[in-house]
Amino acid sequence: MSAAVKPGLVADSVKDAAIAALLVAVLGFFFFALRTDIGTGGLDLTYRWGLWFIAIAIAFGGRLLLNLFVFKTAKPITGGMSISIPEGVKSGIGRVLGPVLLLIALTLPFIVMAVYPDRDRQFIDLAILIMTYVMLGWGLNIVVGLAGLLDLGYVAFYAVGAYSFALLAQYFQIGFWTALPLAGLLAAVWGIILGYPVLRLRGDYLAIVTLAFGEIIRVVLLNWYEFTGGPDGISGIPKPSFFGLDFSRTGGFAEFFGLDYDSIHRFIYLYYIILILALITNFVTLRLRKLPIGRAWEALREDEIACRSLGINTTNTKLTAFSIGAMFGGLAGSFFATRQGFISPESFTFLESAIILAIVVLGGLGSQIGVVIASVVMIGGIEILRNLGFLKEIFGPDFEPTQYRMLIFGLAMVLIMVWKPRGIISSRNPSAVYKERKKISSDMVAQGEGH
Amino acid sequence: MENAMKTPPAQTWDDNVVLSVEHLTMRFGGLIAVNDLSFNVGRGDITALIGPNGAGKTTVFNCVTGFYKPTEGRIVMRHGAGLQADKIEALTRTGRQFNDDGDDRVFLLERMPDFEISKRAKVARTFQNIRLFGGMTALENLLVAQHNPLMLASSMTIGGIFNLPGYRKARAEAIDFAAYWLEKTGLIDRADDPAADLPYGDQRRLEIARAMCTKPHLLCLDEPAAGLNPRESTELNNLLQYIRKDHGTSILLIEHDMGVVMEISDHVVVLDYGQKISDGTADQVKNDPKVISAYLGVDEDEVAAVEESIDMPVIHGKTKPAENGEGGQS
Ligand SMILES: Nc1ncnc2c1ncn2[C@@H]1O[C@H](COP(=O)(O)OP(=O)(O)OP(=O)(O)O)[C@@H](O)[C@H]1O
Ligand SMILES: [Mg+2]
Repeated sequence: MSAAVKPGLVADSVKDAAIAALLVAVLGFFFFALRTDIGTGGLDLTYRWGLWFIAIAIAFGGRLLLNLFVFKTAKPITGGMSISIPEGVKSGIGRVLGPVLLLIALTLPFIVMAVYPDRDRQFIDLAILIMTYVMLGWGLNIVVGLAGLLDLGYVAFYAVGAYSFALLAQYFQIGFWTALPLAGLLAAVWGIILGYPVLRLRGDYLAIVTLAFGEIIRVVLLNWYEFTGGPDGISGIPKPSFFGLDFSRTGGFAEFFGLDYDSIHRFIYLYYIILILALITNFVTLRLRKLPIGRAWEALREDEIACRSLGINTTNTKLTAFSIGAMFGGLAGSFFATRQGFISPESFTFLESAIILAIVVLGGLGSQIGVVIASVVMIGGIEILRNLGFLKEIFGPDFEPTQYRMLIFGLAMVLIMVWKPRGIISSRNPSAVYKERKKISSDMVAQGEGH
Repeated sequence: MENAMKTPPAQTWDDNVVLSVEHLTMRFGGLIAVNDLSFNVGRGDITALIGPNGAGKTTVFNCVTGFYKPTEGRIVMRHGAGLQADKIEALTRTGRQFNDDGDDRVFLLERMPDFEISKRAKVARTFQNIRLFGGMTALENLLVAQHNPLMLASSMTIGGIFNLPGYRKARAEAIDFAAYWLEKTGLIDRADDPAADLPYGDQRRLEIARAMCTKPHLLCLDEPAAGLNPRESTELNNLLQYIRKDHGTSILLIEHDMGVVMEISDHVVVLDYGQKISDGTADQVKNDPKVISAYLGVDEDEVAAVEESIDMPVIHGKTKPAENGEGGQS
């Protein structure tokens, strides 16, 4: 460090830090220094100079250190932080990562039961939740990652799938396995109905209108009280049976196979259902990518006008992407309904769309493994925060880590976007090869509409 | 020479017409970009559409390929030989887009959406500012161009998902066909590289190869030689000659490079301010005073004087009057 000190480095850094501190002082004055409480006969004003000074000091100190060691120095210490994995190792990891993750996913319930016998239910439930998001991420990846259509209302199809099953069960006593394909079909039809007017729009307009459609579906579910139960939701949604066997205490799955009844059986069963649904999504997506339709989606993301000059009906191509994505959203939705046993419009807010989109974007647009990693990190991360009991010992008993999850979420997202602006897995695999398979760096890949 | 213009002798492109543009007018608000333009493109010819910047050449292309709906006029594409005038008149009255009789089909392009023009009428195009799928490999670019036949072969994706033999065969053939055009354009060694990674000249040729993969009857090229060096320019000439000769594809090209235009075109149409000012063989056109005046930006009667005062690039062929045109018109 001492050798690399440039003349004026310290002076510059201090000046810059002082400016930052001044900004904090001004901005923070009303937020930190003054506090108003409702008191008798008006507002009570309290001063919190200590807090204000601490904020200023943090800004000054932090900015100074960053200047000295990162921003202004010739040799930033973050230089060593960008890990450079040699190309051979990287492609090696790339090749084994998929199968290894698949193997873990296939055996997960038994690993969990062996390692955490006392908390297995909780962990398998978490795995089911993560897997649901993996499936949703994969479904949305078709629309956003491949076809490049920014859909901010994907949760609408999740809701359509969930309510389709719930209502079919309520009004016609239809079981999960019959309702599942119907729900997928209904969601796909909704995808076409919503997509037809929406997909004429481009760019930001497309994003905003999909967002609005997502909200419209939720508001309709909320207000159509006679049909959907409105805010009360629908309860008593049937559980899936195993070839006609229920997971009940008597006369069900356990008795038939001569096992002792254990409620964990149902959790494991649910886990495998969502695993298979997700794997089907993945399989179909990977196949479609190598077929003309998938290639047309990617071409659409790259250049719509060129597509039309080559005779591709872009409206239909977009609609297929939209409706296939919607179908997988619908399937995931009806799984969600059966897992919860109860649904209400509250589960289908815009936040849900945002989380799924964040998973796709953080994972790397168009990357299947990226979606898995992002789901595990994001959904698993939120759950881990709930379990960080030791933080209470540091920050006092009032400290509730989950309250900070959105903050940590945002921070993580900013970090990834700085470090890897195109997502965790940011290269594209060509869909057809003449001689040699070469990865395509994401700098060249277009992002499509509205990004 | 002026006489040649006024009473044009029966030219081959008026007998065996692949594309005829009739009274085409395109207005953008108050601006008339193309004004009552008529010309024919002969089957198997290389036809050049030239004119100073802003003359409306690209607008004509956009009308022919369906990206703009013309304000007025008719654009007829013929797959069969002959003028087929009766058939076309009958079709015009019905309000249909094309008639369905085997190989002799005629199409009214102004009625068709852009993608149908490429798919059915078999008119392919390239763009003035290259529009490749940059993040896809050269091979993938050419496979996208074969989307429609491949979609059929994959029985609208169902057969493809299960990888049925019919689809496997079609896919292998599509890759072979793409490889054929990559070979022809000298890009076979870059087949697995992303298009955005290729040098400019290669991108231009890849765009032509991609257009050819749609198996067009008419290939429309918007300034294919722009930005090429002399060697690449010669290669391009050879490629276009080859396409015309071995594939019988008619070519309509917009070009500023007079070297290219004079060397390879059978027929030249000159536009200025959206109007046709000359139409004939390369020789006829380059000696037409109207053309010279348009390119030099002076009145017709002044041409003689100007010609004397400077060394006339248009008359003497190979140098590029395009620069003069640009300077004069803008
Ligand atoms: N979409 C449009 N909206 C409005 N005006 C347009 C549009 N497209 C073209 N024009 C106008 O029409 C005129 C002809 O443009 P065009 O692009 O056809 O010229 P060009 O002959 O291709 O020129 P260049 O040699 O520079 O490519 C220009 O004045 C242009 O500004
Ligand atoms: Mg142009």
